[in-house]
Formats: sequence, structure tokens, C-alpha cells
Amino acid sequence: MGKLALSERILMNIEKPARYIGNEVNIVKKDLNDIDIRFAVCFPDVYEIGMSYLGIQILYDFFNRRSDTYCERVYSPWPDLDKIMREENIKLFSLETQTPVSEFDWLGITIQYEMCYTNILQVIELSGIPLYAKDRKKGDTFVIGGGPCTVNPEPLADFFDMFYIGEGEVSYNEILELYKVYKESNMEREEFLRKASRIPGVYVPSLYEVSYNEDGTVRAINPIYDDVPEKIKWQAVMDFDNVPYPMKPVVPYIRATQDRVTLEIMRGCIRGCRFCQAGMIYRPTRQKNVNMLKEYARIMLDNTGYEEISLSSLSSSDYEKLDELLSFLIELRDNDHVNVSLPSLRIDAFSLDVMSKVQDIKKSSLTFAAEAGTQRLRDVINKGITEENIIKGSHDAFLGGWDKVKLYFMMGLPTETDEDLLGIAELAEKISEEYFDTVPKEKRNGRVMINASSSYFVPKPFTPFQWAPMITPEEYTRRAYFVKDAFARQRNKKSLKFQYHDAEITVLEGVLARGDRRLGKVLYDVYKKGAIYDAWTEFFDMNRYKEAFDENDVDINFYITRERADDEIFPWEHLDVGVSRRFLLNEWHNAKAGVVTPNCRQKCSGCGAAVYKGGVCFEAKN
Amino acid sequence: MKLRIKYEKTGVLRFIGHLDVMRLFQKAIRRAGLDVAYSKGFSPHQIISFAAPMPLGMTSEGEYFDGEFNSVTSTKDMMERLNAVLPDGIKVHDIVLLNENAKPSMAIVSASDYYIYKNEECDKDIPALLKEYIEPMMNKATVEVVRKTKSKEEMTDIKPLIFDLKEYEDGIYMLLESGSKANLKPELVVAALCENAGIEYNRYDYMIHRLETYMGDCKALKPLSCDGENF
Repeated sequence: MGKLALSERILMNIEKPARYIGNEVNIVKKDLNDIDIRFAVCFPDVYEIGMSYLGIQILYDFFNRRSDTYCERVYSPWPDLDKIMREENIKLFSLETQTPVSEFDWLGITIQYEMCYTNILQVIELSGIPLYAKDRKKGDTFVIGGGPCTVNPEPLADFFDMFYIGEGEVSYNEILELYKVYKESNMEREEFLRKASRIPGVYVPSLYEVSYNEDGTVRAINPIYDDVPEKIKWQAVMDFDNVPYPMKPVVPYIRATQDRVTLEIMRGCIRGCRFCQAGMIYRPTRQKNVNMLKEYARIMLDNTGYEEISLSSLSSSDYEKLDELLSFLIELRDNDHVNVSLPSLRIDAFSLDVMSKVQDIKKSSLTFAAEAGTQRLRDVINKGITEENIIKGSHDAFLGGWDKVKLYFMMGLPTETDEDLLGIAELAEKISEEYFDTVPKEKRNGRVMINASSSYFVPKPFTPFQWAPMITPEEYTRRAYFVKDAFARQRNKKSLKFQYHDAEITVLEGVLARGDRRLGKVLYDVYKKGAIYDAWTEFFDMNRYKEAFDENDVDINFYITRERADDEIFPWEHLDVGVSRRFLLNEWHNAKAGVVTPNCRQKCSGCGAAVYKGGVCFEAKN
Repeated sequence: MKLRIKYEKTGVLRFIGHLDVMRLFQKAIRRAGLDVAYSKGFSPHQIISFAAPMPLGMTSEGEYFDGEFNSVTSTKDMMERLNAVLPDGIKVHDIVLLNENAKPSMAIVSASDYYIYKNEECDKDIPALLKEYIEPMMNKATVEVVRKTKSKEEMTDIKPLIFDLKEYEDGIYMLLESGSKANLKPELVVAALCENAGIEYNRYDYMIHRLETYMGDCKALKPLSCDGENF
């Protein structure tokens, strides 16, 4: 065991020092003398959150399969350590070898949600790397971003040397091969970036120039050299069965938020909900071979010692061999004491039967992502679940012994009226009535609980709602009170509960999600005012943002409440995720007309993802 | 079959808390493929229990836990299988098959001994500075210290809980009462010595290493592993 980067005095004075000591089970150890490239992968949030994320484990395994590369992990220091590092001028370090990140060739940051943007600046600055990409010289670490938020990375454009658009497994080898040439020659940093920009999926923001119209909208986004591609194409893994998967994931000592074996069964979603960014950008839907998954599950459980396994996908019910996979998991549970957690299953007789075998019915609750209160609005968002599905599912569940139901909604969806909001309370009421109709008095065990919660809808890039206005926080709060009142008027109000998310953080998510490069300065200023961990309500301070918006003359309503014209050029127009703008616009019109679009298996809607030549687009033809 | 497993916790794993060590062993037992027994019920868990919780920052070569197993092989085989899957810093030293009438380890712990030594990162050698204050303290009838409980601070006499206190190699050796009846933390003894010496006390200025955990009467202490036999 080598020396730790932090002293005894510091480690004994901070919360959970185990976040910073590395040495976990299954970490990769390499001799630095055999290594050409040192790559630090970072999840810019606290260790327990970052260690729960499958994507980092996939990249860690992927990079470390290369004999010339050593990939190590980095997470955001918690505010207590952040303060000490600044006071004592301690540089951020990697967990494996406990060496400063500034000594690495690459710092790769996964960008999962908008509210971690200030943590990204924290990680770059604490690493001792110049915050602005333009200030970095030959010999400085390259900062590359990946993950879902890179489909509009523009607010972060100034801070990254490049972004990787798409699934990491595809083009990283090509980037690293070019990098080795750069490192061993006298190639300039600029020349490397220009060459790299021609690798599929690589977006070098400094090589594009953005001009704006007088009204503040984007006029054009153009490469500054002829040999830099006009469009950057999202990279998708098409040989999904043979793509490397981490068979020996790193096992944390302290409990991570998701502390179990994660088995990715599918990427993408056939459903086409119009609010869902993941459902659009991860097209086409690809599935893994069921026999391979069974083997993976056994190997990963053996390699980690975990007593729990969960499935990862956007909609597990759409996995075609789900019956077979679940029977296997139930067998594992019965024979090997492995708990099975089942996220995102549609509630029907089959899933209830499975759930009754793997969960304690008395302790668990059923979840319906209804998203909207009326069928009209569910049609607008293309959410293929009906009130009948929900009532029938609840009925079956109540018969099976469940008496807790969770309902998820969004408020502020396009075209939403007070009637739709009323529908939220009424749906909850109907489910509670179904309980009383289904379960006779003598069989009732305490009270049925219907917990409804609502978030504040944020339109996201590369969805049909990228044109849509977001409601103001004042209007959101009004709607929330309106729904709360409606709940209080229901007959079974004692069995119903309604909660809603914080408005302020969501507003910022809305600004940043569809933001442009002009927000880079705002982010810098907010960070310099002390903002980190903005996704955590206890650290978030709206005033820092308000001040920074004012000082930079930025009107947030330009980004959130404005409905975009059909032909507006978006800040992310130079990125191409496969799904076409034509399809998205058509879907936006369908939404406003309340016309539903069938899912990928019912009928191909020609979204554009067929360019990847695989997955669900070709299932019927196989 | 009930086994008692003795292990060390050293190096950087001193920053892993007690509950995390339990979880670490639960996983290691599965990786090693040992036939541990599970509780009944909807969420079965391994039937294992730890002798004495250890605070963050302390290392030890005398830690114990008890486990119920459906089948066992031999001390040697089970030790090898566990040590092959344990991370650096945790190592099993002994496994015994407990006697029929053995009580759970956590109920019988009566004392622990510790080695207090210098923190190489600290510019002061705290144990060396304290050495001359050991004898005067042991010669006193009472040693009153402030003890913090959940709600209040009170003065208590820790002298009866100190079974032994002396110089040892380059540091200090102490044998203290521990367990459910009365439990004296080595930090309190060091703090009391610091106070007598007029030295500012900081937990991170020195290191603590537990040597052994004992059972039995203070006049006839024996290591917890004496409750069973190798197999």
C-alpha cells in the first residue's frame, strides 16, 4: 500500500475519509513504467454517488484493457475537504495511485446532470489545470467531457478541450492512438485538437464559431477550418453483445447509493415519450443476449461478493427475453441468497408475480410513472400508459397484498391546463377507491397509501419538446398549490399524499439544458462566488446565480419561457444524434395536436436512428 | 457450526468504519465461497457478529468476529481462501471452531491492549513526551477525566479501568478494560497524560494499534480465540 495524498490530520478531521483512500476491492494496479497514457475518469459529485454510476465502471474497465494506458478514478471532494484543499493548497489526486490529476495526460469528466457544472469547475481548478481550455499549453492535461449532457455542452464549451459525443466504447481508442503521436512528437496542442476533431464523435468547441442574431438567438455555428467537420455525429455501440463489460467492478468500502451488481440488459428505449432525452439520444434500442447476461451475472457476483443485483435499462419490460432472465434471477435468489431489485417494470400480472417473489410486499410499493393527470395530456407527451392500465395494475396489486402506491408526475408539460392538474388528484383518488372496492374490510392492514410526487418539467435538447416553453417558477408554484388543494378536497384524502420538487434548482437546470456559450461566463462567476454541489439543496444558493445573471446581463426567460420558432437554430445544431430534426419537429407538431406515435416495435416512424444500421430498427428483418 | 475468526486491520484501511468492515467481510465470505449460514425470512443475512467495534483511525492485529457456518473444511483452507480475496490491510490470522458452550464474542470481551506510537507526519513525538508522566499517573489513587456522554459531560475516575500502563518499544503500552460492562478508550488515557504533561491534545498527532482483545477476569485474561480449537 502506498502513501495517501492526505495527511492523518486531514483524514481524521473530515467526514468519511474512506472516500479518498482508494484501495478498494478490484481496483486496477499497474506499473507506471509500462504506461504511455494516464487517464483520470471523474464523476463530478461525491464518491458515494459517483461509485454508483455504471458508466464510469465501463470506461475504467475499457481503458484499463489497454496495456499502454492506466485509468484511475477521481470524484469531487466534499465541501469540508474542498475548503481544506484550498486553504492548504493541496491538489486534487487520483484514488488509485494518489497522485495529482495535473500529472495525468487526460481528465475525462462524465456530465450527467446540469447541476454538477460548478463541480466540474471545482475538479478542474483543484487539479491545478487552467480552468479555461484556451489557457492550457503543451504538457497540460487534456480535459474531455462525455455523457448525456454533452448533447448540448455549450455552456461548458470554454472549459473543455473536447467533448466526446456518444457512447465511449466506440472512438476512444482512435483518440488515444493519435494522442500517443502528439505526446511523442513536437506536434502542437492546436494541431492535435484539429486532427482529433476529425475522429467520429469528437467535438472540439474551440474549432467552432458561434454567431448570434439581434434577438439573441443563434445565427450560425461554423467550423473555423475547412477540414473540421460541420456536424459531430453521436457514436453508438452497434456490436452490443461483444462490447467489453466490466466483469470485475470496483467495490466500495463505504455504502454507495447504488451498492450492488448492475447488469445492463438494454440500451435505448422503444417508447418515444416526447419529454425523454435518454429515449431519443440512445436510439436505436439494443438488447444483450440473455445467455450472456446470465453468465455475466454469475461472474460479477462471484468477483464482487455482492448480495444484490439489479437490471439497468430505460424500460426493462421491453426486454424481449425478460421472462427467462427473471426466472434465472429468482433461482439465484432462492439458491444463493442474492437479492434482486427490479427497476422500471410496467405493472401487469406477470411483473406482479415476479415482484411478489423477490420483494417483501408489506414493505414495498408499486410505482406508476403516469407523468400526467389526464389521457389528453398523456397523449400529448406520448406516454403509452392509460388510466385503465393504472387502475387494473393497482387492482391486481391490491389483490396480491400491496397497499402502497407511488405515482410520478410532471407539472408544466406543454399544453397543460388546470383540468390536467386536477386529474393528478383524481387519479390518486380513483386508485384509493379501487383499493376499498378490491380489498374487503377484514383483509385491510392499516391504511392504503397513495404517494404522488411531481417534478417541474424541463424541456431538453434533442427531444420533441426542445421547442417548448418551460413555465415560470411562479406559475409552477401556483400549480403545485392548486394540486395540493385538489388533494385536500378528495374523499379519501387521508390516504393520499402529494409532494413536489423544488422550483429554483429546476429553473437553473432549464437554463443550462438549453443554454449557449454565453452562459460560460455566468458559470465561471457563480463558481467564483463559491458555488459547488448545486445539486444538493443544502449547498445550493440561488442568490449566487441571480447575481451572476444580473452582472452578465443574462435574462433567464430567454432560455426557459420562450417558445422557439420551428426554424430556430439551436445552440446544439452542429451535433447530430441520429434522430433527425425533421422527426423531432414532426413530433412537436403531433404533440400539440395530441396525436400519439406508435412505439418502435409497433411501427417504425422513421426517426433517423436507422443510420446506425442495427438494433430495433432491424429486428424484424433479422 | 460456530467459528471465531481473528483478523488484522492495518494500513489505510484504518479509515474504514466498523460497519464497513462488516460489509467487507460479508462480501469476502461470498467471494471465498465459504458455506456461511443465512438467517431465515424475506431478506436473509449472513449470521455473523463482531466482537468489539473499532473507531476510525485505529489499526489492530487482534480483531474478532463470530460466524455460523453450515459446513467447514479446515482452519488452514478457510484462512487461505479468505486471505486470497481480502484487500491489502485485512488479513485473517486464525480461525477456531467454538466450544459447545461458548458465548458470543461481543458478550465476553473484557479487555484490550494497545500500542501508542509516533505519527511520522507529526513534528512532535507525543509518546516520547508522555513517557515520564506514566509512573506518576499509575501511582495516583484516582485519575479523574471528563467523559462525554450523549447528553452531558461528567468527571469520572478511569484509574480502575487501567490494568496496565508502561513504556513499550518506542511508545506506550496500555491494557484497558473494554466490553459491554465498562469500556475505556485509549484516547482518554493519552488525553489524561497530555493534560498532566501540559501538551495540547490532538487525536491525529499519534497512532493507536490494538494488539489483542481478551476475555475472562482481569487477573486471568486470555485472547478471544481461546474459546475454541483449530480444526
